[in-house]
Amino acid sequence: MDEEALEQELITLMRKGVVELPPDVLTSLRIAYEREDNEVARMQLSAILDNIALARQTGRPLCQDTGIPLFFVTLSPSFSQPLLTLIRRAVAHATYEVPLRPNTVDPLTRQNPGTNVGCGMPAVTFETHDRPYTDITFFPKGAGSENMSSMRMLTPSKGLNGIKEYVLDSIFEAGGKTCPPTIVGIGIGGSADLCMHLAKKALLRPLGDRHPRRDIADLEQELEDVLNETGIGPMGMGGRTTVLGVHIGIADCHTASLPVAINMQCWAARQATLRIHDSGEVEYV
Amino acid sequence: MIHLTVPVSRGDVEALAVGDIVEMSGTIHTLRDEAHREALAYAARNEQLPFDIRDGVVFHCGPIMRKKGEDWELMAAGPTTSTRMNDLEPDFIRTFGPRIIIGKGGMSRPTVEAMSTNGCVYLATTGGAAVLAARGIRSVSGVHWLGLGMPEAVWVLEASHFGPLTVAIDAHGNSLFEDVDKNVRATLTTLKKRMGI
Repeated sequence: MDEEALEQELITLMRKGVVELPPDVLTSLRIAYEREDNEVARMQLSAILDNIALARQTGRPLCQDTGIPLFFVTLSPSFSQPLLTLIRRAVAHATYEVPLRPNTVDPLTRQNPGTNVGCGMPAVTFETHDRPYTDITFFPKGAGSENMSSMRMLTPSKGLNGIKEYVLDSIFEAGGKTCPPTIVGIGIGGSADLCMHLAKKALLRPLGDRHPRRDIADLEQELEDVLNETGIGPMGMGGRTTVLGVHIGIADCHTASLPVAINMQCWAARQATLRIHDSGEVEYV
Repeated sequence: MIHLTVPVSRGDVEALAVGDIVEMSGTIHTLRDEAHREALAYAARNEQLPFDIRDGVVFHCGPIMRKKGEDWELMAAGPTTSTRMNDLEPDFIRTFGPRIIIGKGGMSRPTVEAMSTNGCVYLATTGGAAVLAARGIRSVSGVHWLGLGMPEAVWVLEASHFGPLTVAIDAHGNSLFEDVDKNVRATLTTLKKRMGI
């Protein structure tokens, strides 16, 4: 595929990413609506479901906060195009064409370039694999949920209970600010930066998917059940649905450390993935 | 559903109670962090604002706009998290006298008190439901301080049956968010005990 065609695909990816929700998220929101018996909660979820349908019909971004542009790329060994440059160009074009809200600003002067392109933005994380295709995931990350992210370097003696308490207190603190029902990404272990990366990557897992390690899967389920008992509810206005899922990512850590990171995702859990096969064939997965 | 028309009187908002569902028609101004700060800086210099929001409506919102010739077209306009304006809102309410603040996530006690003293209410709308919200906006009649960037500028929107909105803070010191918070806090203690933490 030539560079211009790839840039067009990237714009299509971003359009899809901000207009539509993945099917697992939509299903989960519908189930939540059926489960609520509180009128305020039902009104919030019904507005959410109507809005999703309306966005799809009109081709407009479903939330005005189209986030900061994050990309997670897994490269095929034979991919050879200047992807970072193409992504930067595509983000500027998509900001105008889709349109995306120009969200990124200089952190100190607060100057807005109007393009979502600047120092370190878009943020692109590259990984590699040995398969004959390249996956490009667009993950537009809104501020409401991202602002409630945090991490703690717990002492190892705090253990599992320390982790649980930190998660509960954090979700309480977040209240309605994160646009619940949310997905909670939790990183456990690693170094400080790896831990937050694990939390963020956990948000990309489909809802209903459980961690392959049994004890971690059980912890995900326990936290999910407990958080839905808190009564925070949709938009923090009370109800049974506070989270759509809890996803945990882990890595080994130093014997003297117990890092825990929390990264939150609002109900508008948008992501889209473009797969470019080495043959040149393109699909959205 | 209760219908409100801008300008809104003190009596109109004092008649509302937490939990009421309302919709509104008339002029709305979007103001977020930067615009609140800018407006208060004007007041500190004794300068007149380029817009009037006395008896009017402040919407915590940074919309997506598209330029169409000389006009602006509103694409999406959901609420932003109101708590970011907690430090500025009490002063803002005292200085400029809006009757309605629309947002999501609720606001802190000093704002609840400023609302009660000055006759103002907080209406919650569903976060993220931005295309739905845009349906209640008939046109964009102006923009101020565009130099702050599209999200932070003050957009002047003409609303028609904008809503449904839930009265989450009334003009009598009540807050739905504080009520939920109190219940959640009690539940959390029970849950922690059950989990052995």
